[in-house]
Amino acid sequence: MSASSSGPQEATLRWFEWAPVRGVWRREMALYRRYWPSTSFASLVEPTIYLLAFGFGFGSVIGAAYGYNYRDFVATGVVATSVLFISAFGSMFGTFIRRTFQHTYDAVLAAPVDVHELVTAEASWLAVKAGVYGCAPVIVGMAFGLSPSPGMLLVPFVAFLAGLAFALFGIWVSAIVPSINTFDYVISGVLAPMFLVAGTFFPVDQLPSFAAAAARVNPLYHCVELVRDAVFSDLGLHDLVHVGVLLLFAALMWSLAVWKMTARLID
Amino acid sequence: MATSRIASRDSLVLDHTTSAISLKGVVKRYGDISAVDGLDLEVPHGICLGLLGPNGAGKSTTMRLLTAQSRADEGEITVLGHPLPRASKRARALMGVVPQQDNLDEELTARQNLEVFAHLYRVAKADRPAAVDRALGVAQLTDRADTKADDLSGGMRRRLLIARGLVHRPRLVLLDEPTVGLDPQVRQELWSLVAALRAEGVTTLMSTHYIEEAERLADECALMSHGRVVARGTPAALIAEHAGAQVDEHYGPPERLAEVERLARKAGLTTRRTGPSVSILAAERQPVSLRLDLGPAGVRRAASLEDVFVTLTGESVE
Repeated sequence: MSASSSGPQEATLRWFEWAPVRGVWRREMALYRRYWPSTSFASLVEPTIYLLAFGFGFGSVIGAAYGYNYRDFVATGVVATSVLFISAFGSMFGTFIRRTFQHTYDAVLAAPVDVHELVTAEASWLAVKAGVYGCAPVIVGMAFGLSPSPGMLLVPFVAFLAGLAFALFGIWVSAIVPSINTFDYVISGVLAPMFLVAGTFFPVDQLPSFAAAAARVNPLYHCVELVRDAVFSDLGLHDLVHVGVLLLFAALMWSLAVWKMTARLID
Repeated sequence: MATSRIASRDSLVLDHTTSAISLKGVVKRYGDISAVDGLDLEVPHGICLGLLGPNGAGKSTTMRLLTAQSRADEGEITVLGHPLPRASKRARALMGVVPQQDNLDEELTARQNLEVFAHLYRVAKADRPAAVDRALGVAQLTDRADTKADDLSGGMRRRLLIARGLVHRPRLVLLDEPTVGLDPQVRQELWSLVAALRAEGVTTLMSTHYIEEAERLADECALMSHGRVVARGTPAALIAEHAGAQVDEHYGPPERLAEVERLARKAGLTTRRTGPSVSILAAERQPVSLRLDLGPAGVRRAASLEDVFVTLTGESVE
């Protein structure tokens, strides 16, 4: 749209616009260009450690288990861990700091940006980051002998969707905690059990029945299952359930994040 | 010239029948406290209006109400013809906001800070580099464009904040305490920036608790106290109406000050305490009898907006 054809009288601003998303991405790209070496280092080294410790340490005892080589089982499971760390941790700390310490969002909302656009923009960046770095464990796994498969190409999309949902979860949490120290409760009380009871390092069927039931409502479990089905070429109709759960979780978290961020930013 | 999809100055048609900003009976409560309490304020297009008041008068809340970051409990707010909060996004696209609090992205450079907001303000892609360069020029930060905001001096950061609010060439600028906490020299620099805006015909609403700032920059002043406007006019008219032309300051021990107050009031004149002295406002109107009763003459000075303010609100400002 050109400026000459659209003056202030004619132009309309839609309920949702992409400009705020591009603005936030512009900021994140600038920061990423500065910090990519450390970000990339962490995202490659972490799965390597998990693979060495669990895949080889544990795997040498267990060997082939649960229908898979245990090393491959861990490599695929750790995708979910990476996604969780990038998206949930990133959004919890990032949005809390920008909202309360830097007051960045006060400046953003004085521009033609609404809270739902801001929340979507922040979450979408982390989702893409999760989509990219979520592949790191698979790549590291391949270096340790995981066989390449065409389904691996779906991993970034799964990681994106799960990353989006958990980034929104983190934004919501950042808006309901009274102080940054409260994150300790969330990390130890919610995220740690979530990432252990998701079939990451052992199948959820091994768990006591109540924990197995809890695992099935754990969105991370559905991420793990999708990644394994994609990488091990086991995709089927049941995976639509996994996608559905992640979509539902993302939608719920988006609503909660927008609701609570609005409460925090607009008085 | 920077153009944006929404805020093109080329296609700007000013509607002179309405004000740039209109607040009618606006109330904003926080619990039991009414930060804004029945505020009526009209800001015509093209003027610089100084919103003057002490801390807690409701100036910052008023600014937040105008960007719909705060929602009024009562009353009507219209900004550039757009009713708030319903059409606030349209209004925000047309105005620039310079906050009191430094909320620059510290990790980004000056240029990157401006680029992000050029996106947020919908500056068209082709115009973005020129808009950012122009804003850097306005803020005299062209040489420091690639310095991180965190590494800029306090004055430079404040100039960058102003530049950020101007990157899309807004029709209306909200300046919330633009020079608070800055040293005098930096304050002078910022004043020339604001004066340039006024010369360009940009409507400016500037809150301040510095009397001198309002006197120098504002075409008109609205004096705010306890969440409402208690007087409105040009600085000169306000001074003439409420403080006369000249003020006599009388010094002495407390008994002497009390005596001066008593005599002046008896003669129908207004007084105010100014630190160690008592000031008699509109001293040029004092009858000869009072001058005789008072004995030693006071120190004569020109009446100021501060005299008006203290007289009307009973509060003091810097």
